[in-house]
Amino acid sequence: MSTFVFPESIKSRPTYGKLQNRLGKSYFFISDAEGAEAIIELASNDPGLMTKSHVVYIPKDTGDQYLKKLDALNINQLYVGPSYSAAQSRILQTFEQAHMGLQVCLTGTEGLIGQALRDAEAAGIPYTSIQTEHRGSLSRRMQCVHCKGITEDVILDPFVCSHCGLNLFVRDHYSRRLAAFQGVCIDAEDPGNVPESVELYK
Amino acid sequence: MSGAEKINVKVTNIVKLNDLVTRFEFKRTDGGLFPTFSGGAHTVIELQDGDLIRRNPYSLMSDPMDQDRYSISVRRDDEGRGGSLFLHNKIKIGDDVVLSHPVNLFSLDLRAKKHLMIAGGIGITPFLAQIKQLDRSHGNWELHYSVRNQSLGTYVDDLMSMHPNDVNVYYDDEKNFIDIINLLDGQPLGTHLYICGPKGMIDWVVGEASNLGWPSESIHYEEFLAPQPGKPFQVKLSASDKVVNVGENESLLEAIEREGVDAPYLCRGGACGQCETSVVEADGEFIHRDHWLDDEVKLSGKKIMPCVSRFNGKTLILDR
Repeated sequence: MSTFVFPESIKSRPTYGKLQNRLGKSYFFISDAEGAEAIIELASNDPGLMTKSHVVYIPKDTGDQYLKKLDALNINQLYVGPSYSAAQSRILQTFEQAHMGLQVCLTGTEGLIGQALRDAEAAGIPYTSIQTEHRGSLSRRMQCVHCKGITEDVILDPFVCSHCGLNLFVRDHYSRRLAAFQGVCIDAEDPGNVPESVELYK
Repeated sequence: MSGAEKINVKVTNIVKLNDLVTRFEFKRTDGGLFPTFSGGAHTVIELQDGDLIRRNPYSLMSDPMDQDRYSISVRRDDEGRGGSLFLHNKIKIGDDVVLSHPVNLFSLDLRAKKHLMIAGGIGITPFLAQIKQLDRSHGNWELHYSVRNQSLGTYVDDLMSMHPNDVNVYYDDEKNFIDIINLLDGQPLGTHLYICGPKGMIDWVVGEASNLGWPSESIHYEEFLAPQPGKPFQVKLSASDKVVNVGENESLLEAIEREGVDAPYLCRGGACGQCETSVVEADGEFIHRDHWLDDEVKLSGKKIMPCVSRFNGKTLILDR
């Protein structure tokens, strides 16, 4: 099962819903990995929806697991790419040329949803009108608050910053502007005293 | 004292714009500067009409950055409760009146990539201030303004000469109507929609936009309700220990104020939520007319908005 119920946390921690078929002229899905399942589910409730949809899909470590199923959905425009950064110029251009009535649906990991949300909001779509559904890995996109470097797909807490090498504690404190959770040095007072890493939510 | 802070002003100019609409201009009595405001803000004008104090909200339509004067444009309503008639017939240049500080319940969303404005009749007034504000910041906007006929096209000439490419006027008597579906369809992403006009127009435009998938966050509208006359009724105020008789032509809020109870308010038009009052006990039927309470609360009979809503029945006790 690719769904997970996040425990209650601080206000800045993003929460996610479930994709719904809303009224709209056209649909734009941005999705990664197990997020494909949410699209397939929505399409099974309303097959017509996909003929007015543009899907940007980043399989990540699911490889070609969902590609055949997505292909079978009769999606108007389907792009499969290696990463969010690789797809970003296409995403930004799609927003630039889009019209009001576009429904934006984001589904997959938190890093993907956060980055797409940031770009959709910058394109003028009200934040609260964007649909999101978390699926798959519980890994996070983290910003090191010390060197400002971003480490993608962090699943262990604490972890080592991939830029400056500090041992970082994974916080629920989130920045919508950066589309990243905040990682804070865990052994600043007592260098080297680092608790053993555990998997998030384990 | 309830409501926004007050400013004593003098009427400095009265300009009849057409058969129905007149502009009133004010300067401060103390010679000072008015606060700036944001386009879409309204002021509540206080008028002493014999024993009666009339308090009516009107959109400020002067330049929001002009601290020297405030202006409102008032449509005469022969069927109304007399506030606009009093302004049209009794107010003279040099009269002293009281205005409230501006309050904005219809502000521009400045994150918008484009502002699409739909006005009907006297609903043009908040847009006049918004257009001046956007003009100064080089904003991207477009106005579609529907009027009954040429002679009632308030400010059409000014708008057309200053913004010929951004203003579109539609005349009912020439069977010239806003083609709303085609207008909404194809608007760039990030457009915000603003509607001010009669209720029918607001419902129509909001309905079409929602059908096309416009998010509710991008749709803004302003409809001031004037309190409607109704059957007289009695209300007990538990906190101030008073019994108030609400007359046929006054609102519940006005009756409470007449008895010297300082009840909170801002818009006096059922929109802002400021006058929300808890019901202690009620035996009868509420006549809810506001845009503030949701249907569930209205049905519960636990709250009432005394600025526009009334009551019909045996007992009403309010926590005021």
